[in-house]
Amino acid sequence: MVSRAAWLYIGLVVLATAALVESTPVGTRVTPHFWRELVILQLLFLICDSTPAPLVSRQTKWSPSSAATLAAVVLLGPVAAALVGAVSLVSIKRQLRLDGRLFNGAMGALSGLLAGKTYLYLHGTVGLPSFGSKSWVLIGAFAAAAAVHVMANQGLIWGVYRLNRGRRMLRNEGLESSLPLLLVSDLGYAAFGLIIASLWVLMDAFAAVLVLVPLFVARWAMGQFAEQQRAYAATMKALCQAVETKDYYTRGHGDRVSFGAGMIARQIRMGADRTDAIEFAGMLHDVGKLGVPTQVLQKTGPLTEDEYAAIQLHPMRGLEIVREIGFLNEALAGIMHHHERIDGKGYPMGFAGHEIPEFARIIAVADAFDSMTSTRSYREAKSIADAVGELRNGANTQFDPLVVDAFIVALEREGWPLPAPAAKPTDLTVVTVKDHDDPTAPLRVIDVP
Amino acid sequence: MTGSAMTGPPSSERWSSWQALDSGRLLLMSTAAMLVLAAFATATISVQHVEKKTALAFGGFIALGELLRLALPGGREAAPIAMVGGLSYALLINVGPSNGHTASGSPQPASALMVIAVAAIGMMVGSLPHIAAGRPAGLTGMCTRLVAIACVAFAFRPAGYALVHHHSWEVALAVMTPLVLLGWLVDTVVGALIRADDVGARFSVAITDEIRVQWALGAGVGASVIIIVLGAEVMGLAELAVFLGPLLVTQIAFRRYAGIRATYLQTVRSLARVTEVAGYVEAGHSRRVSRLAVAVGRELGLPERDLLQVEYAALMHDIGQLSLRDPIPGGATVLVSEPDQERIAGLGADVIRQAGVLEEVAELVRCQSWPATGHKPGPPLGSMIIRAANTFDDLVGASTERERSAAALDRMRQDQRGYNPTVVAALSEVAGRRLAWRL
Repeated sequence: MVSRAAWLYIGLVVLATAALVESTPVGTRVTPHFWRELVILQLLFLICDSTPAPLVSRQTKWSPSSAATLAAVVLLGPVAAALVGAVSLVSIKRQLRLDGRLFNGAMGALSGLLAGKTYLYLHGTVGLPSFGSKSWVLIGAFAAAAAVHVMANQGLIWGVYRLNRGRRMLRNEGLESSLPLLLVSDLGYAAFGLIIASLWVLMDAFAAVLVLVPLFVARWAMGQFAEQQRAYAATMKALCQAVETKDYYTRGHGDRVSFGAGMIARQIRMGADRTDAIEFAGMLHDVGKLGVPTQVLQKTGPLTEDEYAAIQLHPMRGLEIVREIGFLNEALAGIMHHHERIDGKGYPMGFAGHEIPEFARIIAVADAFDSMTSTRSYREAKSIADAVGELRNGANTQFDPLVVDAFIVALEREGWPLPAPAAKPTDLTVVTVKDHDDPTAPLRVIDVP
Repeated sequence: MTGSAMTGPPSSERWSSWQALDSGRLLLMSTAAMLVLAAFATATISVQHVEKKTALAFGGFIALGELLRLALPGGREAAPIAMVGGLSYALLINVGPSNGHTASGSPQPASALMVIAVAAIGMMVGSLPHIAAGRPAGLTGMCTRLVAIACVAFAFRPAGYALVHHHSWEVALAVMTPLVLLGWLVDTVVGALIRADDVGARFSVAITDEIRVQWALGAGVGASVIIIVLGAEVMGLAELAVFLGPLLVTQIAFRRYAGIRATYLQTVRSLARVTEVAGYVEAGHSRRVSRLAVAVGRELGLPERDLLQVEYAALMHDIGQLSLRDPIPGGATVLVSEPDQERIAGLGADVIRQAGVLEEVAELVRCQSWPATGHKPGPPLGSMIIRAANTFDDLVGASTERERSAAALDRMRQDQRGYNPTVVAALSEVAGRRLAWRL
């Protein structure tokens, strides 16, 4: 459902568009020609807009339809551009509700209109473009109009996200993580608007048909990327789950640590690439556990020095497995050092303070928090409040206090995906496994005299 | 990087094809070199007749395209922007009104040899930064593109040009479309010929693979060429600058797509090793099985798409063992009972199916234990390949002893129920080559 604020926002956008259209002169060229060209451009817009490519976030889709709007800016003027953009209202997309259509239509119209006004303001001439001595003026005005169009589009979408943000944010529900790249792409494809307009001089409406091919190749490439990216994430998750199947209690641990690490990364405003990398590192931080013999992981009593050493080795085992993946080096460092402590008493290297890489300090907090809020065979799950208390206690000794603070702020805003309350497994063969991540029950090592 | 496992080691038994490869490449390069020589010879004579601004703009465009090469899936390299630049210069009819005052004067349209000279200079300039950065110069790719551009230029000039020069855009479109297609075809066929020799695939398979990978890019290049040629009549050389925008961002999209595919493969390769780290299978087992399986698949003429699935399935074929409480001694699934083999295969397929995007791979993993299930319509070829490769590696491992290899192959030959004779024959071929190469 859409919140009341979002409806108000959509209403405002519609009103603003209507008022602006009202106050803009339609132009000098309202001839039968005008209507024919308008309908053709609207058709082009409809074709593009009805076959959008999915983006990675699944929340928005991408289509090169802005080319049609911007062609209208040059050929027919601002009001016509608004009329082309408004076609989004009736685009043939399944699963689009009225509020979505209204918003898309109003957004298309408003950004088309603003682009048209910019074009006129910068002395762009409306009509079939002529590239004489003043061609650079025309190209410059068009580039500015395209920039305004992209900005208006993304700005309006951003507004909707802000309003829906009051509700709990789910993973991947933010704006496209590669927003800058999306902006650049939109700007690049906007050039098709001018190309359509100039080909129109030569071949009239066939210009719209000719550009369909490159537009669809562009759409194909965008869609392929999103598809591969999703397949990649899903495969990675499945493989991590396979690693976790051995231990009933830690299922979903990697996924939740990944979520927590991403949450902290967003809170401290890490860039999109690094956020993606830390989410992957969080997902994979414990793969090295597979290299620890099962008897050691399952031992309930104190550990011998050798057994403890085997556990201490697991981050390095993890590194060994993932080293060849084309990750940022930072993600590798995060996996390697996620059991270091700020006071230098951690493993495997015994780093202290800022010797510990940032990724590792972040993963350590998310890791410990998930361990405490999950049920273990030897204890019940702690409440979120208790676990937060433990994190605060551990700040400056085990955890980086800045990371703990960032986590707590983000936690209040976004909530935590608690694991399904662990119904005791009916499988009787499940054995007690000590959780090496649990800061409240540190591993005990036999003192060798 | 992408295709490092797809390109097997060179083999001594294939010396004939190695020589063919060398001569194929040699032929391509000498053709290109002769074209360039002829082009330079004429260009120095007739350079004053050619409009320098246009030549410079297109040459720069080609150089930029050569600088921004694109890695495609399967370890291919393309330079779509250079191709667009070269083909549109070859087909250029008229440069529009912004240059109107000069175009009405004396300058002749560029001859085919002039086009080749400009393209060659552009490519050389564009490849200099690659050489300076220590990357391969990509000579084969450049020669392929140059030959394709030359074919189109010779087909179009002077006859085609004379035909379309004074006619409407419909005629130009009708003449240019087949020519653009010709350029793409030459590029694809030459590329497939070179690749077939590189990876040891049949030409018929290589050409289908090439078309499958290249069609989208090819369609984009072709349409861009036509738009640039027609647009330049209206917009003049500014068209090139404007069109660079969409071309660059499309190239970014392709690059991201190829990048994520490469990371995907790397990740599966790495994570498949968890079974080794956990002590379920011998070190290097998954990777050896996948290499062997891909080589056998290629020997049997599988297309690249199926090979990728075989590679994924082979990498993950033992993932089901993670669900076992205790590792099988030595990790060799060939030594456990058939019901157990089936159980492990089923568990592994379940894990892979969880991903939701690798249904076919999961099916390949599940069917690798078909003798136990009595698979009715016959198991998929990929499963038979993986089963044979797995058995071979379980029995032979990293060893290079001829006797062990021969014994393993004999064992599979005698078990007609468990191993497909055709697959075993291909495996024996591949294994023989592998030994020859190692010794």
